[in-house]
Order: sequence, then structure tokens, then C-alpha cells
Amino acid sequence: MSSTLTIEEANEARDARVREIIKWHFSPETGCDYWLDWASKADWNPLEEVQSFADILKFDHFDDETLRKEMPERFIPKAYEGRPYNVFETGGTTGMPKQRIGWDDYKHDYEEFSNHYGDDFFPKGTNWLMVGPTGPRRLRLAIEHLAAHRGGSCYFIDLDPRWVKRLIKMGEIPMAKAYQEHVIDQASAILRHRNISCMFTTPKLLESLAERMSLVKAGLKGVFAGGTTMTPQYVRFINEEVLEGQINFAPTYGNTLMGLAISKKLVPEDNYSLTYYAPEPRAVLRVVNPDNADELVDYDEYGRVELTTLTKEFFVPRFLERDEAIRRRPCDEFSWDGVGDVRPFQSGSKTVIEGVY
Amino acid sequence: MSDQIHIPVLRLGQTYKSLDTTELDSDGKPIQVSVANPGIIRRDLLDIERSVAALQAIPCETLADYCEKAADLFLNGDLPWGAGDEMQSPEDYAAALSLSTGLPHSLCRLNMGKVYEAMANIRAILSGLTRSMPLSLFDDGFVNQNGLDVNFFPQTKSLGVLLPSNSPGVNSLWLPAPVLKIPVILKPGREDPFTPFRIIQAMITAGFPAEAFGFYPTTHEGGNTLLFETGRGVAFGSDKTVKQYAPYRSIQVHGSGRSKVLIGDDFADNWEADVDTIVQSISANGGRSCINASGVLVPKNRDEIAHAIAKKLAAIVPLERTDPDATVCGFSNPDFAKAIDEMIEDHLKTPGAIDLTAQYREGPRLVEKWGQTFLSPTLILCDDKDHPLANTEFMFPFASIVEVPQNEMLDTIGETLVVSAFTSNQEWAVDLMTSTNIERLNIGPYPTNRVQWEQPHEGNIFEFLYRRRALQGDLVTLEK
Repeated sequence: MSSTLTIEEANEARDARVREIIKWHFSPETGCDYWLDWASKADWNPLEEVQSFADILKFDHFDDETLRKEMPERFIPKAYEGRPYNVFETGGTTGMPKQRIGWDDYKHDYEEFSNHYGDDFFPKGTNWLMVGPTGPRRLRLAIEHLAAHRGGSCYFIDLDPRWVKRLIKMGEIPMAKAYQEHVIDQASAILRHRNISCMFTTPKLLESLAERMSLVKAGLKGVFAGGTTMTPQYVRFINEEVLEGQINFAPTYGNTLMGLAISKKLVPEDNYSLTYYAPEPRAVLRVVNPDNADELVDYDEYGRVELTTLTKEFFVPRFLERDEAIRRRPCDEFSWDGVGDVRPFQSGSKTVIEGVY
Repeated sequence: MSDQIHIPVLRLGQTYKSLDTTELDSDGKPIQVSVANPGIIRRDLLDIERSVAALQAIPCETLADYCEKAADLFLNGDLPWGAGDEMQSPEDYAAALSLSTGLPHSLCRLNMGKVYEAMANIRAILSGLTRSMPLSLFDDGFVNQNGLDVNFFPQTKSLGVLLPSNSPGVNSLWLPAPVLKIPVILKPGREDPFTPFRIIQAMITAGFPAEAFGFYPTTHEGGNTLLFETGRGVAFGSDKTVKQYAPYRSIQVHGSGRSKVLIGDDFADNWEADVDTIVQSISANGGRSCINASGVLVPKNRDEIAHAIAKKLAAIVPLERTDPDATVCGFSNPDFAKAIDEMIEDHLKTPGAIDLTAQYREGPRLVEKWGQTFLSPTLILCDDKDHPLANTEFMFPFASIVEVPQNEMLDTIGETLVVSAFTSNQEWAVDLMTSTNIERLNIGPYPTNRVQWEQPHEGNIFEFLYRRRALQGDLVTLEK
């Protein structure tokens, strides 16, 4: 289901959301210790000075190290006190992980994702398989919720990206490969012996699985993938060869802090170049000048991706992602800016290693 | 005719234009090169049996004929430039290669000649590699030698090769593989997709099945995929590359050569006659090959010999790429040249070494002219064999000269690709021949870049690809 708002209406909805969320997080009755403490030390008052999304620029960039250093409890909004919560960790981090807490955000994100696609894209009432990082990650619960929301169940095969990173760091390439094969062995077994129509996995694991078997013959109808850079050539390869041009493909961009940015449907003029749209107004993505993040770059120019998360469970202003992207215009499906051809920040000018699984 | 040249991926018989591309410098139409994502290589290898079958269907003698025919096509023919129907003449090839790699036209042609020779002499090369076994071995699986049935079997269904950009002649190393019925999966160097593409086109035009060739300009990850997913891989690179792949038996790594000229006691007094051979060893092919000498060890008369070499090296000056006399290569990345120059200057601060060529050269080592950056030939006179510049190698005509007693030379050289030992001393020759540090040995006053087709270069590719097994039974009753 596409956004039904005009661009102006989307802007108004974003501003209204900003006022609502600022009031929530900076009011003593509803806000969390972390932001209330922050406000008590700040020399300005967000409750008074933030009335629109443009005013979010008054915040400094959120430092994600905070999520390593602070105890998760400091982010519990007063209004949610006493409600058990989930602690989620980011993907492949080694050392002390970055954590965020949550209650229902992931359900909203994935229901909205689900509602964006028709009943046949991921056939309703059918089963899912998730092959990828489970453990302390939001994704695991989210995919299960997605399957349930569409009337199915979900099978899981875990892959521990932290172990893969460690193997690569140790130069244990054959062992990393053996581990990947171990994961693919398990996924193949489930696909062969259970009725699976839909799958979430990373693009690399998807490739490996398709090297073992025809995913079309295995009965897959829809695949949802994310987690690594997908160049136009890569998207074409996945569509034409891995999915044999017969399986629906939903590439996404997202993380534990944002939720899920959906990619607009590809048309021939796109030449396989992906554009993702944040789940506004719950999260807003901007493509900013890397040298002056107060400025947006022009449309069709590369810049650094900046995320602002605006939910009652979690407020993150102006977090600079480790990614860069092309700023793209609103489209038929989404009435706000998109981020295109996302890749690691500065990968155009220096070598960046990413996507280990 | 298209308004640009597009060098595509060759997927074992299928031409494929990737959406990911790189651009190369061009004097004429823009040159775009497809970049294959690693998954494409893995998927194509799933179907490698088809390529093996296509080669297996052709007698090895016929494949050798095709290779000989391809030699002439490579050297003289008009062959496809890329994905379109535009044809590339030998002149087009040499000009494009020169612009992209910085090699002067003269060296491009020299390297063309090397590749031609390797293709034209394929029978001599195969005979040297197999120690004169008949080519029917590769059709029947066995031959009868001196009354004994000898069976060799392939250890792989494909050979993956990571090619460098700095020396087109290196392509001659993989040429035997398709004749030996092993498909090749090639990753060209970024600046030189031209040479392997032209060789492949020549071989296909001559009669080889297109399925025998995979040509994948790709990323670093793609290169790793190619090396690890083919049953046998060959990589060229620095010491770092060697270290990276050394643990894997299925990968043969060609790193720095650190090739050397060793002058024996019996030649040390009559050195004047051999100065040109030493200078050739250091400077041939722009000093870019691993078989170029980067060290000269003399038992005595060091200073006299050094001055004579330095004087001749200093006379080799950078010229414009198109000058027929040009022999010094420009660097495709000027920063790389500057970094090397700075590194040498840094090391010269360690006492005990001087740049002797600086006394004869006009101007500095680093030369920026005709839009290119060059490093002029350099000879470092070292007092100590352990000086940081005494056993190192750079991608230009660079060598050190050190005085070491003959009986200590073999303990000094370390791992060395080519040793040219200027000696007639039989006792020392035996020591040289039993040394485990030398990969290729010339006895006598021969340049380190000397090629003899019957001899293997850096390992025997036949033995890398095939293995002998015991074979007994009623072979005479086998029906053809």
C-alpha cells in the first residue's frame, strides 16, 4: 500500500510527529531518564524550541557510542515503566554491543512493511524461513511477527556474524566458508522438507543458497533481503539469476535504530538502481553534505545518510549513519525523499570491507 | 558502430555486459570495462563441466594447432575490441595498453612478442613441462612410455588466474592450460584487460571453444572467489599477496622475484665483458618483471663494476611513450612512483648506501614529463648486505650491488626467483643447483630475463594441474 499523502501533507505529518515525540520524551511524566537528564543540562528547551522537523537541527548528532555506554534502563519512557521490554543489539558489532530497548516498534514497522505489499507478493497464509543473524537482534522477532501478520509461521536458521567477523580477522577464510556452508546446509534441509514460500535472508546467503538449488523449484514466491550494499548490477544479478526472474524481491535498508526503509518498485528506467524510503513519520532519513551535515545535498547527488527516529519508544536525533547514498525525489509510492544506491560512507574513495555474511 | 568500447565479462561462452563498470584512459573512444560481481563467477563455475567437455571433445594435437594459429592472430590480426563488432588492430592494442599501463609502445610490442612466442612454441613448452610425453596423454588419459603405462589425471576442472597490470608477458604462463584441456578463469589487472582479452579472442578465432574461457574483471572479493572456487589458482602480487595465499596448497603465488646476478670468483676480474648483460638483467622490460635483477653480488672489484653499471643505467632516460627508443615505463598511478622515491630516499638515510646512478644522471630520480611520472634507473652501492636497500625490489629498473665472498653468496641471497651465476666453476655450480632458495638458475653470463621454452617458469604448470597415479590392468583391451 503506497502513501496516500501529498508531499505537503507528508511534511505536515512529519512536523506534527516531531511535536508529539518531543513532548513525549522531554516531559517528566512520559520521558526517559536519558533525555530528561540531557535536557536538564542543555542550555535550550526542546519543548519550546522544537516545533517542526526543521527545528531538529538544533540537536547535535546522536553519538551511537551512547548505546554502548548507557544502561538500557535509562531509555525507558516513564509512561512505559513496569512493562517488560526487549533488549536488541546491533548486527555484527564485536566487543561491548550497542543496545536499544523496545516494545512494539518492530511490530509497527513490519506490519507497515507487510501492508505495502499485495497478498500475492509474499503469499498470505504461507510459511517463512529466516536465514541470518537471530540471537539478540530485533530482526528475529520482527520476521516472526511479519510471518504471523500474514497468517504464516517462520522457521529460523541462525548465523552469528560476530563469529564470521572474528574468523575473517584471524585469516581463517576456509573456516568462514565452512561456517557459511553449515548455515546453507541447514537452510537447504528446511527448504527441501518443509512448505516454505517466503524468505528473509542476506543477499550473500541468498546467493549461496541458490548455488545449491533452484529457489523457484524449491517453491519460493517472495524474498525479502537487506544488510549489504546492493549495486544496480548486484540487484540485476539477484533478480535475473538468483531468483530466475520468477520470485518477488523486496530489498530493504534498515537497522535496529531506524526500522525498515522499503525500496520503491523498480521500473525499467531505474536500470536496477534501488531507492529506499524511510518509514515516515516514525523515522526520517536525510542525505546531507558530509562536510556540513546541516545542509542537504542536491537531488541526485551523493551525501551521508542521517537518521532521526521519532517513536514513543525511542528518540534518536540526527544520527549519522556509516553509509552514503544518492538523494532521490519523492515518488508515486512515497511522498518524501528517498536514499538511492546506498553504500558504505566514503567507499567511493577508499576501500571499505562490509557484508561479511 | 558504438560511440564507446565496452570490454565485457566472458562467461564461459557468453558475453555479458555488467551494469558495474570502470573507465580506462583512452586517446579515442571511451573504454569501459564490465566489472563482474563475485556471485557471477561462482554461478558460472557450477557449470564448468560444460567447458571441460568442450575441450575434451577436441584432440590435444588440434588444440596445439589452434594455439599456434592463435599466435599469429594475436600478433598480426584484427580481433574484437570488446562486446561490439569493432575490431582491434595490433596497433590499437599496443596504443591502448601503453596509455593504460604507462608501458612505452616499444615495450608493449616486446611483450606482444613474448606472448606470441609462448603461443607459437606451445609444443616445445608442453614437451618441456611433460618431459616429452605425447599429447595423446590428454586425450586418452595415459601413454605408454618405455613399456610402462603412465596415467596422469587433472586435479581441477579449471585454473583461476589473478593477472597483474604491470607486465603483459605474464599472460604466457596460463597459455598451456586450455591446450591441456583445463578451462581458464581469468581476472585481468585493472589497467590491462586488453592482453588476456586479445589472447582469448585470438584463441577462439583459431578454433578453441569459447566455453573454455572465463574473463572476469572483478573486485578484490571477486579475485578471492576466483582463487578459492577454482580447483587451482595462480596469483601475482607483492610479498603481502604471497603471505595471504601461502597457506593454501591449491594456490600458487608469484610474488617479488628478488632475482639476482651473482658474479663468481672466476668472472670477477674480467667483468667488463658482462656489464651489458647485467644492465639488461636490471632494465629489460622497464624493470617491471620479477625476473629482472634487483641485486648484484660480487666477490671483489665492487666499486669498479658498480660505476660501470651505474653509468650505463643512467644513460637509460625516460622518453615519451610513443618514442620507439623508450624503455622506461611511466607509472599509471603517479602517487605510487612518488611513494617509492620517498621510500628509497628514506632508506638512503641509513648509513652504508649511496645512489651511484645519481652521479651520472642528469636531474632527480623522479621525472615528470609528457604527462607521465617516471622513476629513472637506479643502482644503490651498499656496504652491507643487510642494508634495507640491499635485497629489495621495486617496479622500475632498480638494483643494489654488494660485495660478498663467493662462498657466502648462497647464504646471503634468500628466496630468489632467478639467479644468473656468472661462473664456470663446477664445484660452485653444484652448490647452486642444490640450493633450495633458487627457482630458476642460469649458469654462465646470461641475463636473468633469459627464456628457454622447454624450461618451466616458477613451477611447472602441468604438474600443478595434473597428477600421476598408479595405473595397472588391461589397458590394451580398452576400445577407442
